[in-house]
Amino acid sequence: MTQMSCRDLFSEAMVEEGSTLVRRMEICVAEAEKRSGKNAVNMQETFTVYLIETRAKRTKQNSPDSLWRRYSEFELLRNYLLVTYPYIVVPPLPEKRAEFVWHKLSADNMDPDFVERRRIGLENFLLRVASHPVLSNDKILHHFLTEEHGWKEVVYETGFQAKADSRIRALSATFRVRNPDKRFMEMKHYSDQLQSHTSQLLRARARVADRLYGVYKVHGNYGRVFSEWSAIEKEMGDGLQSAGHHMDAYAASIDDILEEEEHYADQLKEYLFYAEALRAVCRKHELTQFELEMASQDLISKKQQHEELATGIVRTFSFKGMTNKLFGQEAPEQREARIKLLEELIAEGEDTVKEKTVECEEHVERAWVDMQRFKEQKDKDLREALINYAVMQISMCKKGIQMWSNAKECFLKM
Amino acid sequence: MSVGTPRGLASSGQKPIAEILHPLSAAEEPLSVTVNLGGDKEAGLTNGTPVETSSPASTSSLFNRLQLDDDLEADVRDPYAETTETRDLFVTVSDPKKHVSTMETYITYRVSTKTTRVEFDLPEYCVWRRYQDFDWLRTKLEDSQPTHLIPPLPEKFVMKGVVDRFSEEFVETRMKALDKFLKRIADHPVLSFNPHLNAFLTAKDLNKRQGLALLTKVGESVKYVAGGYKLRARPAEFCAMGEYLDTFNQKLGTIDRIAQRILKEQSEYLTELREYGTVYSSWVGLEDELRRPLEGVAGCVTTCCGALEDLGENMSQDFLPVLREYVLYVESMKNVLRKRDQSQAEYEARLEAAILRKQEDRSPMPVEVEKCQDKVECFNADLKADWERWQSNKRQDFKQLLTGMADKNINHYEKCQAAWESLITLLQDKQTEDKTSETN
Repeated sequence: MTQMSCRDLFSEAMVEEGSTLVRRMEICVAEAEKRSGKNAVNMQETFTVYLIETRAKRTKQNSPDSLWRRYSEFELLRNYLLVTYPYIVVPPLPEKRAEFVWHKLSADNMDPDFVERRRIGLENFLLRVASHPVLSNDKILHHFLTEEHGWKEVVYETGFQAKADSRIRALSATFRVRNPDKRFMEMKHYSDQLQSHTSQLLRARARVADRLYGVYKVHGNYGRVFSEWSAIEKEMGDGLQSAGHHMDAYAASIDDILEEEEHYADQLKEYLFYAEALRAVCRKHELTQFELEMASQDLISKKQQHEELATGIVRTFSFKGMTNKLFGQEAPEQREARIKLLEELIAEGEDTVKEKTVECEEHVERAWVDMQRFKEQKDKDLREALINYAVMQISMCKKGIQMWSNAKECFLKM
Repeated sequence: MSVGTPRGLASSGQKPIAEILHPLSAAEEPLSVTVNLGGDKEAGLTNGTPVETSSPASTSSLFNRLQLDDDLEADVRDPYAETTETRDLFVTVSDPKKHVSTMETYITYRVSTKTTRVEFDLPEYCVWRRYQDFDWLRTKLEDSQPTHLIPPLPEKFVMKGVVDRFSEEFVETRMKALDKFLKRIADHPVLSFNPHLNAFLTAKDLNKRQGLALLTKVGESVKYVAGGYKLRARPAEFCAMGEYLDTFNQKLGTIDRIAQRILKEQSEYLTELREYGTVYSSWVGLEDELRRPLEGVAGCVTTCCGALEDLGENMSQDFLPVLREYVLYVESMKNVLRKRDQSQAEYEARLEAAILRKQEDRSPMPVEVEKCQDKVECFNADLKADWERWQSNKRQDFKQLLTGMADKNINHYEKCQAAWESLITLLQDKQTEDKTSETN
């Protein structure tokens, strides 16, 4: 019954244009668990699985549907989306490995704090995808959320893997485009800058966190020495002793403060990875534009060849022209055959050019819409992230004032 | 010098030490013009040790006046009962000035005195002194009042390459320490009447005759320090003092190290924080909507950097020097304890010798032995009183020091908090501004 209701929701989505999945369904990544099993090379390994819970909002079902997924399955889903919707800035996954760590932060993927932050990141990913006007309608996404077993097979059946490989090649290839859309070039430049700034910021923040940790922890030494000193004092003893406790508390307070700040770092990381996705969309434009230009050029040269053969006037240098001059012209039948072939090729070429033009224009149109949507989302999210960072700083200051005020009271009692 | 049977505790005047009130146990009385001197002729030097005879010429007249007043003065006041302390000597060190000559460059400080004491010709004085002069004063005080705890001076020698002796911070720090030094002496019931102090505060030109007397004094102390001495039994309270000082010294050292470590960590944090701020600033140019928040954050980070700088400065200028001063204080106190031990050892040695002779030829107890006993008892009394005084001052000083440290830290966080809060207000205003313009 409950499974059916979710499927109903999905089929509804086909009908209700413009309505995103997340409006009708609650999605969350509720838990993380360690599992062990044999991997592809038959070795025992430990990995983490995440519990995805879904619940239809309208029907107010009591218990949610749930299934377990590994990080690699999320990766598979995303890769599928990247290939299938090259004009969409696809939301990124939380990082595969812990980066920009400062020395007290664990870089271990099995570390509980890391797993917890990953859980939040995966949930965020699903929510972003499910609230996207285009992506939320995808069938594979729906399967991902509802079919625990057999989902992988369904994805592979779409044949996206082949496209994935060519996409990767295309992304890294260098080719010169004659007339790229200026806006896309600007956007690509922006994405490079965004990547650069967010990674710089993440690195600098990690270093700051490291140093701040050191400052707080050294204060803990006051706790010990005040305690030792209080032992030889009479009137001063009590005040010193209690002040020492507050110094200990101060030193300990940095752990929570920095843990909270990791959420800010995660928000920055999301946009670091988003920048990559944005760049990919721009590159796709370059690619389609390039292919169009190649196809157009090819068509032009074929038409020229045709004209030369038809009129006998050589406008441009060609080997045929040379050999004709040197060895004499070919036989009329051969010429006819070649003209005919060229005419076929030209017809094909014109179709190709039409196709590529459509592909290019569609991509530009759809990508532009999504890039605008992305920009608005980015501005709103980063603004909020910065405000939240300020809030965190205020909280840290308040805690500091509290601790030192407590210590001061003790000093006054000395 | 007094003769006769050894009497108890001459140094405390008429009262036995047990009845001496704690210096801070009663409220201060308003300023009055009474002249107060010690109980008997040797006032100003109530411990019975003769003052250096070769005193600076400029103070000899004052000396005479002191003695004259002694005879007239019927008011016998216990110099240690500061319950009725009337502060009538105020000293301040200020206004450092640089002097450049062909031979040397040095700093002089203005020493201002305000007083109603009769020992001073004028109610106000203003003289200029350099560190050397303070050093001279301290040496003179140590020699003339060996049974008292003389406050320490800031460190004499600084590594020329490492520290800039003429930098504002160094001079400021040194001046504060010199000021404290003089204030402590001026507040001391015995030391403040020392003629050398008087000379220091009033003479236009300080005629610092180191003189032979000093050399002999040095010679004597060397003899005693170098040679081992055996004590029958050091009184428990002085043992306790020694132990306390050792432990206290240790703790001071630890606190100094911790404070320096904190300064170092904070400095490294500051470096990273500055860089962090510039990353936000450099991002600003790339964005349009995010320009304000990014600029805002960069601004707050800069403010926090400034606040942190101030905190560091405070710690190194106000906190560390006081700690170091106390280390020096402890050093000089341990010296005084050692001298006390020597004095007791000398007495015990002479006593033994005298007892032996007495057994042999029935001669009466020699005067020297009694003098020694006096000496020891006076020393003990002075030391005890000074100890109590020192303990109470120490408590005040550290209370102030640590409270000050807490205040500076609170201040630092308050500045940072204010910056971040104003950013939020700014950004939230902008948000409501945008919203209203959207709906319009």
